[in-house]
Amino acid sequence: MRQLVPLTITFCVGTLLIVSVFIPPLGDLERTFTLWFDIIAVFAFFLGGGNLLRVHINKLRRRKTDWGFSIVTLAGFSTMLAAGLFKIGNPGDIATAVDAPGSMFYTIFDSVVVPLGSTMYSLLAFFVASASYRAFRAKNREATLLLVAAFIILLGRTPFGLMLTEWVPDSFSLLQIPNLAIWIMNSPNLAGQRAIMIGIGLGVISMSLRLILGIERSYLGGDNA
Amino acid sequence: MNRSTYIVVGVVVVLFLISWILKAVSLSGEDDGYILRGFLITMSAFLTLAIFSFLYRDNPFYKFAEHLFVGVSAAFWMTQGFWSTIVGNLIPRLSAGLSGFFMVPHQPSPWNISYWIPVILGILLLMRLSAKYGWLSRWPLALIVGTTAGLNFVRYLRSDFIVQVSSTFVPLLGREPHQWQGAGAFVSQLDLSATGQLAALLTNWVIFVGVFCGIVYFFFSKEHTGVFGRASRVGIWVLMITFGASFGYTVMGRISLLVGRVTFLFRDWLELIS
Amino acid sequence: MPNVGVLVPLVAIFGGLIWLLVRAIRGREVERRVIFMFIFVAVATPILFPITFQEHATPVVKNLFDRIENLPSGSTILMSFDFDPAMAPEVQPMANALSRHCLAREHKIVFMCLWATGQSLLNTTLEYVIRPDFPHLVDGVDFVNVGYKAGNEGVLNVIVSDFKKMFPTDVNGVPLDGVEIFDKVGSCKDFDLILTVGGGRPGPKEWVLFVGDPADVPIGAGVAAVVAPQLYPYYPRQVIGILGGIKGAAEYESELVKTHPRFENMEKPGLRMMGPQTLAHVVILAFIVIGNIAFFRGRRGKKTE
Repeated sequence: MRQLVPLTITFCVGTLLIVSVFIPPLGDLERTFTLWFDIIAVFAFFLGGGNLLRVHINKLRRRKTDWGFSIVTLAGFSTMLAAGLFKIGNPGDIATAVDAPGSMFYTIFDSVVVPLGSTMYSLLAFFVASASYRAFRAKNREATLLLVAAFIILLGRTPFGLMLTEWVPDSFSLLQIPNLAIWIMNSPNLAGQRAIMIGIGLGVISMSLRLILGIERSYLGGDNA
Repeated sequence: MNRSTYIVVGVVVVLFLISWILKAVSLSGEDDGYILRGFLITMSAFLTLAIFSFLYRDNPFYKFAEHLFVGVSAAFWMTQGFWSTIVGNLIPRLSAGLSGFFMVPHQPSPWNISYWIPVILGILLLMRLSAKYGWLSRWPLALIVGTTAGLNFVRYLRSDFIVQVSSTFVPLLGREPHQWQGAGAFVSQLDLSATGQLAALLTNWVIFVGVFCGIVYFFFSKEHTGVFGRASRVGIWVLMITFGASFGYTVMGRISLLVGRVTFLFRDWLELIS
Repeated sequence: MPNVGVLVPLVAIFGGLIWLLVRAIRGREVERRVIFMFIFVAVATPILFPITFQEHATPVVKNLFDRIENLPSGSTILMSFDFDPAMAPEVQPMANALSRHCLAREHKIVFMCLWATGQSLLNTTLEYVIRPDFPHLVDGVDFVNVGYKAGNEGVLNVIVSDFKKMFPTDVNGVPLDGVEIFDKVGSCKDFDLILTVGGGRPGPKEWVLFVGDPADVPIGAGVAAVVAPQLYPYYPRQVIGILGGIKGAAEYESELVKTHPRFENMEKPGLRMMGPQTLAHVVILAFIVIGNIAFFRGRRGKKTE
C-alpha cells in the first residue's frame, strides 16, 4: 500500500502524459490530469501554511529561542489570511478579485510584501560588491577569462562603455565595448549556456524515465515499507 | 532583551510616530485617507530600513521584518490559490450551490464527479501534518511527481535537446547576408565591424565549437586526456566566459533592485525627488 | 556650471576609491561596511541628482519591438506577469512599456499570471499605468485580466490547447464566453504573440517549453538580468526577443518614445535607473581592479620572501 500505490500512480500518470503527445484523442484526458495537478498544487500551499503554523505554535509553546518573533509570524499570517478569505474592504462583490486595489489584502501586499520582498533581494547588491572586492581574483587562466568577461559585460551594459570606446572606427566596431558585450552574449555565452542546457535536458529526461519506471524512489521518503 | 535594546526600540517607535505625522501632514492636501496613507508609507519605509539594518549586523528589527514577511507571504499564496483555483476551477465543477454563493458560473458535466479525486488527494496531502497517517501523502505526491515527469520528459526532449542540437549546426562558411563567395571575396571584405562577415563567421564557429567542447567537458565517462582533454579544456574556457557573463548580469540585476528601494525611500517617503 | 550636488558625492566616491587603492597596496584590510557605504552612495547620488543617458535598442530588444510594431492593429497578444516584488523594480518597467506599446498599436491584450504575486503587481500596472494613459479603453473589449492560476507548467499545459478550461472567467468572475476578445481565441495557438515578463520558475523557459514550441507561437520575453543569459540559446528561433534587466527596459522605453512621441512625458523608470546603474557598475569594476592589484602585490611579496 505504502509503496505500490504511489509507484503505480506515478507510472500511470507519467506514461499517459507522454503517450498523449502522440495520440491526440487522449489530449482531453491529459488536460484533466493536469488540472487535477493544479488543484493539488493549491493543497500544497495549504500544507505549507499548516506547517508554518505548526512550527511557530510549537516554538511559542516551548518558549524556544526568539519565540517572540513567532508571534509576529502568526499575527502576519492570520491578518493576511483573514483579509484575503473574507475579502475585507474589497471594493466589489464576492466575485471581485481578492487583490482589487483598495482591498485590505492589496494594501497589505503593497505596504508589507512589496517592500520586504524587494529589499530582501536588494541586500545582495551589497554582498556582490563586497565579493567583487575580496574574492574576484585573476588567480589562473580560467579565473581571468571569467573576470574579463564579467568586466566587459559590466562596462558594456552601461553608457559608460560606449563613451570609453566611441572613438573606435566603424570598421573595427566589434572592439567597441558595448558591441563586444553583445558578441559575448550571442557567442560564447550562448555556446556555454547551450552546453549546460543540453546537459540538464538529458538529466531531466533520464530522471523522468527513472521516476516513471519506479527506479528512482527517493520522493517516497526514507521509510519505503 | 537588555536595557539598551529597549532604548533603541523606544527611539525607533518615536521616529516612526514623527515620520507618520509628517507624512500625513504632507499628504493632507491631496488625499482623503491621508492618515492611513501616511501610516502605510511610513510602515513600508521602516520595514525597508529594518531589512537594510542587517548590513550592520543581525538585530531584532531585521528578525521582526523577516518573520513578518514569512507569515504574510504564506497567507498571501494560500489565499490567492484558494480564490483563483479552488473557487475558480474546482467549485464550478463540483457544486451549483457553492458556485452561486461565490458568484462563479457553474460548469455542469457528467465527468465532473472525477474532480473529487484531486480533492481527496489534496486532503491526503494534508495528512503529511499527521505523524500517524503521514504516509498517505505519498499518493498525491506520486501524482505530482508523475505529472511533472511526464510533462517534462517530452518538453525537455524537444526544446532543450533536439532544438538546441539542431540550432548548433550553423553554417560555418557564412549565410545571408554574409554568404560565402570564395576566399578572395572574404579577404577583400575583411574588417572587424560588429555587423561584418568576420564577426558573423566568428560567432558561428564559437557557437559550434563551444557547444561541442562544453558538452565534452560534461562527459565524465571517459578520461579527459589527449584530444578529448584538450576539447574539454576549451569547454572550460567557454563555460568560464559564460559564468563571467552571468556574473555581470547578476550584478546588474541586484543593483537595479537596490535602485528601486532607494528610489522608494527618497521619493515616496522622504519626498527628496519628484 | 556643473551640478555641485553631483560633484561632491562623485569626488567623495572617487577620492574614497583612491584611499581604498592605497590601503589595498599597503596590504591593509577594509571593513565590509565601508564597501557597503560606497555602493549606497554610488546608487543614491544619481537618484538624488539624476544623470540621464541616451539608449539605443540592441538587436535582441529591437526584434521584439519591431514584431509588436509590425503586427496588424487589433492583433491579440497574451501577456503574462510572472514575477514577484523581488524582481519588480527590474521587470515591471518592461511590463509597463510593453503594455503601453501594445495598446498604442491598438492590439488586444489578455493579461494573466503564473505567479500569485504577479496578479497584484498586474493590478498596479492596470491602475497606475494603463487606466491613466488609456482612459478610453474598455476592460473586456480592449484588454482583459484573467488573473492567476496555481499549477505552474500545469497551467501552461492546459491553456496550450484549451484556454477556457483553465480560465473559465476573468479575474472578476465574468465568463470569458461573453468577452469579445475570446470570440477568436480558443487556445494559446490563437494568439498572435505571447509576452512573458518574469525571471523565476515558472517563467520564460516554461513558456518556451510548454507553449511556444508545441503550439508554434512566437514568444517575447522580458526577464530579470539574473536569468537573461540563460535565455540566449532560445534566441531567435524559440524566443523572438529578450529584454534583459533594467538595461533592456531602458532600451525598450527609448525605442518606444522614438517611435511614439506621445509617450515623451511618460514615466521612464528604465532610463531613469540607468544613471545609478552606471555609477554602481563603475564602482564595482573599481573594486575588482583594486582587489586584484592588492592580490598581485601580495603574491609578488610572498614570492620575494
